[in-house]
Amino acid sequence: MLKIADRTFQSRLLLGTGKYPSFEVQKKAVEVSESEILTFAVRRMDIFEESQPNFLEQLDLNRYTLLPNTAGAKTAEEAVRIAKLAKASGLCDMIKVEVIGCDKSLLPDPVETLKASEQLLEEGFIVLPYTSDDVVLAKRLEQLGVHAIMPGASPIGSGKGIINPLNLQFIIEQSTVPVIVDAGIGSPKDAAYAMELGADGVLLNTAVSNANDPVKMAIAMKLAIEAGRLGYEAGRIAEKNYGVASSPLAGMITS
Amino acid sequence: MNIQLNGKEQQLPKEVVTVTDLLHFFELSNRIVIVEVNRDILQKEQYQTHLLKDSDRVELIHFVGGG
Repeated sequence: MLKIADRTFQSRLLLGTGKYPSFEVQKKAVEVSESEILTFAVRRMDIFEESQPNFLEQLDLNRYTLLPNTAGAKTAEEAVRIAKLAKASGLCDMIKVEVIGCDKSLLPDPVETLKASEQLLEEGFIVLPYTSDDVVLAKRLEQLGVHAIMPGASPIGSGKGIINPLNLQFIIEQSTVPVIVDAGIGSPKDAAYAMELGADGVLLNTAVSNANDPVKMAIAMKLAIEAGRLGYEAGRIAEKNYGVASSPLAGMITS
Repeated sequence: MNIQLNGKEQQLPKEVVTVTDLLHFFELSNRIVIVEVNRDILQKEQYQTHLLKDSDRVELIHFVGGG
């Protein structure tokens, strides 16, 4: 069970809602993923265009917790504004703080992320900052009182998987709040690996929405996250350099 | 009156006086929408009483797919 602030969730998969090939595929993928937390972006309405169906408006909001992000923000001030707009919907009080500091790598700005998180905590938000895999930054954010840490596995949408498992492990080991690996997940093995490292959850979007078959991939991710978590809880064996026989050496049949 | 709506100049007919009128005019009354006027976020209870004025900068915001 995943616990963020005072909320509990059965699923450890948090799913993004961007870039699906169609509305129908998206609905189905969300459903089979069994995710309970869905992320959204906050944007101007396209009031001058023919109105498109809006995914969030089709959702049974009793079944899902909304996790709006502050994507697009480059400063703490912009992130706080977006977060407040999201909260004014009356639909959510959780926020994924995402302040991008580099347009090419889409890596987060640690200073602005810290500032935004601090202000949003003061405003009473449940704050989940998306961060780089910096252990000290994670500590500083925890000291502020954030409700979860969301370090990236690799750059957003890159699908490169976990490029620094050691750092993620350090963050997980020292964290007193849930650690959700966010961004960069490419395939089910990455998601399982994150969970085996001890992550409390995984947030992904592109890995499902841009897969050839997003619905099938949503199931795969769900299962990978469950398998990874079970593996972590079961406790893996230590690695050895040489072979250790699985069959008994005694009682060999000799001539 | 003329307002700045989602970054664009927009002329409004006389009957649009409040935020509720504005949402009605754009057929958004039943949509999930967040309203910001001159950088102040309005609460839903204010929609009916908040009077729009010339040159207001109005943002109509909603949730879209994102990660």
